Amino acid sequence: MCRKRLFSLLILAFGLFLKSFSAIAQTEENTAMAAEEQVEVAGEEEKEEGINITELVFGHVSDSHEWHLFSLHGEHGHETEVALPLPVIVYRPTVGFSIFPYNRFHGNWYLDEFGNKISEVSYKGLYVEKNMKEKIRADNGDVVYDFSITKNVLSMIISVVIILMLMTSAAKKYKTASIQAPKGFQNALESAIIFIRDEVAKPNLGHKYLKFMPMLLTMFFFIWVNNLLGLLPGGANFTGNIAVTLCLSLISFIIMIAKANKHFWGHLLNPPGVPLGIKFLLVPIEIISMFIKPVALTIRLFANILAGHIVILCVVSMIFIFGALGKVAGIGFIPVSLAFSVFMFVLELLVAAIQAFIFTNLTAVFIGQAIEEGHGHEHEAHHAPDEIIL
Amino acid sequence: MDLLTPELGLFFWTLVAFLTLFFILRKFAWGPILQSLGEREKGIADSIATAERVRAEMSQLQSENEKLMAKAIEERTIMLREAKEMKDRMINEAKEQAKVEANKIIADAQLQITQQKNAALTEVKNEIGNLAVEVASRILRKELSAADGQDAYNKMLTEDITLN
Repeated sequence: MCRKRLFSLLILAFGLFLKSFSAIAQTEENTAMAAEEQVEVAGEEEKEEGINITELVFGHVSDSHEWHLFSLHGEHGHETEVALPLPVIVYRPTVGFSIFPYNRFHGNWYLDEFGNKISEVSYKGLYVEKNMKEKIRADNGDVVYDFSITKNVLSMIISVVIILMLMTSAAKKYKTASIQAPKGFQNALESAIIFIRDEVAKPNLGHKYLKFMPMLLTMFFFIWVNNLLGLLPGGANFTGNIAVTLCLSLISFIIMIAKANKHFWGHLLNPPGVPLGIKFLLVPIEIISMFIKPVALTIRLFANILAGHIVILCVVSMIFIFGALGKVAGIGFIPVSLAFSVFMFVLELLVAAIQAFIFTNLTAVFIGQAIEEGHGHEHEAHHAPDEIIL
Repeated sequence: MDLLTPELGLFFWTLVAFLTLFFILRKFAWGPILQSLGEREKGIADSIATAERVRAEMSQLQSENEKLMAKAIEERTIMLREAKEMKDRMINEAKEQAKVEANKIIADAQLQITQQKNAALTEVKNEIGNLAVEVASRILRKELSAADGQDAYNKMLTEDITLN
């Protein structure tokens, strides 16, 4: 237990160190790059400011094939990127799978006519195109399916490991002493579980709630832990990625569709007590609203987390924006910027939990609507409520 | 906008990881946790219900006790009253009886006294008679030795008879 605590503390400390380091390093890199570009392309105002906030911010919030730690700022504007290269796994229909570490692309970059950064090095017929996102493209223009273990994927794997460790260790205590009063972490976990059960599952799902509890709990803790990991300095913006939120909301949508009963479909496709003319209007709206639910879920979580990250990054960057105006202005702005970012971090801690709760709650609401039975025959179909199916 | 286009790879890995996490947790964590949570809650609810029931029983018992007590007190009062009544009655009866007895004794005594008196009187009469006869015989013996005496005696006897 003690070792675990120490371990987590170490991770935290390391992360904090990295964050401060990498933020500064990144900015210096950008400054240096901007300075270089300033020599080449004069006249653009933003470049003259000496900092490219857009690139900095989007570099941080978007996925990457390497875990960037910091840049070493050498002499003559030369810098060395210190980053953990992650495995690239790509599938091309013609070639098949190719797996190799990302640092095979190590080398210089040039700008193409669309403003994309292209890697000069090409490996196994592949090159990297960087703009807001890093994309791996084939030299011959083939379709490339990228299944790489990116920064987000790695962060997610870490979160999965953390959740598994926490939950299975807590579950062990229940197996050995189920009737005893909970203590320690078990207590904290239990209040979260009971919260989900009593505030989310029971009000929305009725007597069938136990079936959906494992799904809702997994969803809640998966989103929450990943939100929190994303807040760690140096962490990945996992839940602020639309692919992730889309995946999660599709899962909840599929459960909703799979569990929907006759009553739900009946009301959806043939609303009772509605004149025929209105039905032609109502049914398409109902169908559209059914598909809008997962879209809303996707965008809500994605936008909330992404916005939080962007705001924190912008607040931190303000130091460097003002620093570019003058050294004194930059140093003078540090307390303001720190206060803002601390405030935003605290707010984001709250948002992390709230968004996890909202996602879970809305999933429960949607499933609840789908499995709701007609008011006349509520007492039918009393399955054994103890069985846990989904 | 690039940020709004989901990447296939991340989508795929998220799906895999989430489903793996879900299946593992369902089997090894949520199942046991939810089950023992339910059991514990049921146990607590049962305990509370039992305690409530016991308390109700206790209070019922207590009220019953109080009722019994009150009844006992009442009975005691009744018994005391009855005992007192009985005592009074017994005393009165005894008095009556004693009076009757005394009267009877007195009557007996009087009767006996009368009888005794009569007996004594009779005895005295007899004695006196005997004495008189004795005296008379003695006198007669002495008087009858003379003729006058016999006549006088006869006369006296006839007088005596008429006297009777």
